Amino acid sequence: MLNTVYQLVRPRRFEIAFEDITMDQEHILVRPTHLSICNADERYYQGKRSEDILRQKLPMALIHEGIGRVVYDPTGTFQVGEKVVMIPNTPFEEDEVVAENYLRSSKFRGSSMNGLMQEYVETTADRLVRVPEGMNDLVAAFTEMVSVCYQATSRFDRTAHARRETIGVWGDGNMGYITALLLKFRFPQCRVYAFGVVESKLSDFSFVDGTYLVSDVPRDLRVDHAFECVGGNAAGQVINQIIDYINPEGTIAILGVSEDPVPINTRMVLEKGLRILGTSRSGREDFQGLVELYRKKPELPEYLEKLIGAVVPVKSISDMVTAFEMDIHKAMGKTIMVWD
Amino acid sequence: MSNNVYGVVLAGGIGSRMGNMEKPKQFLDLGGKPVIIHTIEKFAIHPGLKEVLVLSPRAWVSYTQDIVRKYLPSGKAVTVLEGGATRNETIMNAIRYIEGKGELEEDTIIVTHDSVRPFVTHRILEENIRFAGEYGACDTVIPATDTIVESRENDQITDIPNRRFMYQGQTPQSFRAKKLKELYESLTSQEKEILTDACKILVMKGEHVHLVQGETFNIKITYPYDMTVAKALLGLEEKEC
Repeated sequence: MLNTVYQLVRPRRFEIAFEDITMDQEHILVRPTHLSICNADERYYQGKRSEDILRQKLPMALIHEGIGRVVYDPTGTFQVGEKVVMIPNTPFEEDEVVAENYLRSSKFRGSSMNGLMQEYVETTADRLVRVPEGMNDLVAAFTEMVSVCYQATSRFDRTAHARRETIGVWGDGNMGYITALLLKFRFPQCRVYAFGVVESKLSDFSFVDGTYLVSDVPRDLRVDHAFECVGGNAAGQVINQIIDYINPEGTIAILGVSEDPVPINTRMVLEKGLRILGTSRSGREDFQGLVELYRKKPELPEYLEKLIGAVVPVKSISDMVTAFEMDIHKAMGKTIMVWD
Repeated sequence: MSNNVYGVVLAGGIGSRMGNMEKPKQFLDLGGKPVIIHTIEKFAIHPGLKEVLVLSPRAWVSYTQDIVRKYLPSGKAVTVLEGGATRNETIMNAIRYIEGKGELEEDTIIVTHDSVRPFVTHRILEENIRFAGEYGACDTVIPATDTIVESRENDQITDIPNRRFMYQGQTPQSFRAKKLKELYESLTSQEKEILTDACKILVMKGEHVHLVQGETFNIKITYPYDMTVAKALLGLEEKEC
């Protein structure tokens, strides 16, 4: 079958390509229905990655956050028509120690293999998780992003020492919001503080125990552990502020992506005996854990509805461009393409 | 949307005689599979279609059955039938088959498609099913890019219609099957000869035929040049047509 793939061929230009899919006894076909744009997609779209990287990766279909409906499943795992979340990480080996999303051999949709901007996505049963009954499609669309924060909070749980009275989350964007939210749901006994630069954004963090502007943090405030959810050019400033405000032997989880190396105050890292925990992407376990949490705590996806930004019906390449351009100008929230 | 929707793949033509024949274009190889198989796969995978009927010239029915068995997974409802002498007669054969099963109801929809248009998309099929259900009939088109010139005597221009109102017809064309059959049967044999396009029958009878937006790449593989384009779209090197 001639599958239509919508590839980014160079910044701001999508073109159609076709790939033959053979309906075999192993692969499942999913028709994407709701696709969510991530900052990583925007970096490719706007040409913000280095020339070398763009040359190496393009043409490629973008998007790694999305849901769809199963149209063909020879394995009998899913019913035709079932709604599923697609897991973008694709491992090619198993390792007892290293998680699937950290294996250097793994591929990732929209980064090292074609993403979800396709007519049909060919995948395997282990790369799909059922969407809970009755869940909002627009929230389910960005499950992948939430699963990344879920993984970060799980890794934090396995790594950080047991004193967890206060946890700080730096970043008032989508990632900060989701991480703070998951911390409150998964570790309700902890006090969670959010730190940011825009007061109106911080006011949306209604579920946390305190919000602070980074320019106005009380001098005596301390956190036991911290999450950095900012990335970019501000990552250094943020990490150094965390180092100032964190208690000794605390854990700093870094989630924000920076294109350039970041100078940090290693003297204080050493003096305080801090642990720095890098965390990126997610795997099947995280998706399963998160979807289970959605089922048990339906108020969690309700909070996530706040993040739904522009919803763009897409049936042509010009609609795709519209969605990506709208996403650039958003203040917060997720841009969802309703894949028609 | 109706649950009673059939895909009707028209493998057209009267076909060639056995012996020193040229293989019809729908059976030529495109990236390791016959063109018609790519088309049938698109229909077979669409969850809105309960069965796919493939209408093949008499001489090619067994061959079509063989390649369907070879390339499509078992469990897919694909039935190969014999086509008729004309395009409309072929469509009628499909409708008669549905009628024979006792499933020709008011809401039965057929999505008819050229077997040599393998680049049809999920969206086009989806909208055909939806609009045939809502309006009774629909036709897949793209806006005309060339100026259309009319010449009644084939030697001089009699009209140049405004391009803004012109579209190029593609397929699928989709219909409420029962209605189409009734209208077709009401035609005289002379009308049947003239009205070679099923949508035209409905238009002539004053019925609403809705437009579905096609795709420029939903090409019909008719000439060797088209096969070159199809292979280029698939990123294949052209060796022979």
